[in-house]
Amino acid sequence: MRSLGPVLTVLVAILAIWYVGAVLMNARWAEDQAQRAHKTLTTSELVIQTMEQKRPVLPAPHQVAVALWQGVFAVSPTSKRSLVYHGWVTLSATLLGFVFGTAAGVLLAVGMVYNRAMDMSVMPWAIASQTIPIVAIAPMIIVVLYSIGITGLIPKAIISAYLSFFPVVVGMVKGLRSPDAMQIDLLKTYNAGGVQTFWKLRMPSSMPYFFTSLKVAAAAALVGTIVGELPTGAVAGLGARLLSGSYYGQTIQIWAVLVVAAVLAAGLVMVIGGVQSVTLKRMGMER
Amino acid sequence: MSEDKAPGGGATLPAVPVVEAAGVGLTFQTADGPVHALKDVTLTIEKGDFVSFIGPSGCGKTTFLRAIAALEAPTEGTLTVNGMAPDAARQARAYGYVFQAAGLYPWRTIAGNVKLPLEIMGFSKAEQDERVRKVLELVDLDGFGNKFPWQLSGGMQQRASIARALGFDADILLMDEPFGALDEIVRDRLNEELLKLWSRTGKTIGFVTHSIPEAVYLSTRIVVMSPRPGRITDVIESPLPRERPLEIRDTQAFIDVAHRVREGLRAGHSYEE
Ligand SMILES: Nc1ncnc2c1ncn2[C@@H]1O[C@H](COP(=O)(O)OP(=O)(O)OP(=O)(O)O)[C@@H](O)[C@H]1O
Ligand SMILES: [Mg+2]
Repeated sequence: MRSLGPVLTVLVAILAIWYVGAVLMNARWAEDQAQRAHKTLTTSELVIQTMEQKRPVLPAPHQVAVALWQGVFAVSPTSKRSLVYHGWVTLSATLLGFVFGTAAGVLLAVGMVYNRAMDMSVMPWAIASQTIPIVAIAPMIIVVLYSIGITGLIPKAIISAYLSFFPVVVGMVKGLRSPDAMQIDLLKTYNAGGVQTFWKLRMPSSMPYFFTSLKVAAAAALVGTIVGELPTGAVAGLGARLLSGSYYGQTIQIWAVLVVAAVLAAGLVMVIGGVQSVTLKRMGMER
Repeated sequence: MSEDKAPGGGATLPAVPVVEAAGVGLTFQTADGPVHALKDVTLTIEKGDFVSFIGPSGCGKTTFLRAIAALEAPTEGTLTVNGMAPDAARQARAYGYVFQAAGLYPWRTIAGNVKLPLEIMGFSKAEQDERVRKVLELVDLDGFGNKFPWQLSGGMQQRASIARALGFDADILLMDEPFGALDEIVRDRLNEELLKLWSRTGKTIGFVTHSIPEAVYLSTRIVVMSPRPGRITDVIESPLPRERPLEIRDTQAFIDVAHRVREGLRAGHSYEE
């Protein structure tokens, strides 16, 4: 609770800058409107007008807050206008993709640590896969899968997995290689085999790395899902809401969706952090 | 003294030396050329010996111990352990190795760490618990089994690592400066305990140290080594009795042995310069 003070201070500072930004960026439109109506605005009129536009360049925080309130609490969670509904659509694909991606990442990392050929060959491909802009290949993945009859959750989850396996590979390779020479020699003196070395030494040593990469992977999975929802003409999900918001210039809606996405990402990272601290504490690796 | 229940042999057969090294050389190929870590090392360690290796840094003490443990392979000469190739002896789990750092696994409790080799070697659950209890008692750590390593002092951690090496009843104990990082008071206590343990169990111990008093106090034989290339310059048979209270360090016999070790070390050095 001691961190509450600084957190609040930062929050207030952000809101203040946001309001100033909203006034500056929306002033042009307000002035244009006034000019067209052959009116002149006093400063206070101008400020008020910048905060109640329907399609502002930058919505003021309270406008976003109202949109959030309406999207989350004022409509039924099953309604197509509910942010809870769209958030859940995105979250479910994200979780599925995250699980796929994590599993793939762990398997690849284990392969790379135990197999020289994989060690030499996989990493360049993994890196290459991440340098291709996801917005470029997401539509292709979706089109290809659509043509073989796979639609809905799975294509989005695959794009999400595509982004989230990478941090897991990198983290787990490092984690599985983290035992020092002495710890490995110790097992050699017991004549331990490869499987035993994995379960008794490499796997537990990699746990802190594993959780750290899971946090990065969760955020990446969410981004992947949202990007997967953009090009499909998807009717549900945060990505679809973002797209329709930008078609119709609904900036307030876009910002509300962004806030929901940020809250989801933060929630995922916090859940992982919780599991991490409980696990590591029980393992005696965190005091 | 030598009446003990050795499982791996030696006791009934007419004395196969525990370690027999003849002309052992070990050269590391490094980026800046070959490093002669050991050259022409000839040494026999008999069952029940307590042999210390002493010498300046870089003289190959660790390398020799690791060669016995089959963690390095000699490039010259022959080396046998219990009459076998070191690698075969390793597979027969002939020795316990204590590294310079305790190297306990932080995610295992003290009991869990001591259990590690037992799990790997496939002891039954009941046997594991029984052995853990026994060796923790042996190193005076009963009651600490459920603690994690970071909850113990450095000296206690080092004792736990010794317990870990003792649990599976290997005949040979190889220890690489196990007490190097500890203060003198703790070190004295652990030395005393180690001697008791040795006389109780009849194990053969190879022990690396930088400390002359420690080497003299513990050993039946002291191997003095010198660097570049790493080699043996003197082997001193200790005239001290096997029963050794700490006060033995004030006797003339003790001081004489220490003196000879010091001379040996000095000779090795002047040779080098
Ligand atoms: N893996 C290795 N690769 C290359 N050179 C090595 C390796 N291990 C040891 N050496 C070299 O071999 C020589 C002997 O090393 P060793 O560790 O056996 O010395 P030591 O007597 O144990 O020294 P210290 O008292 O400092 O522990 C040194 O010159 C060292 O640099
Ligand atoms: Mg050494």
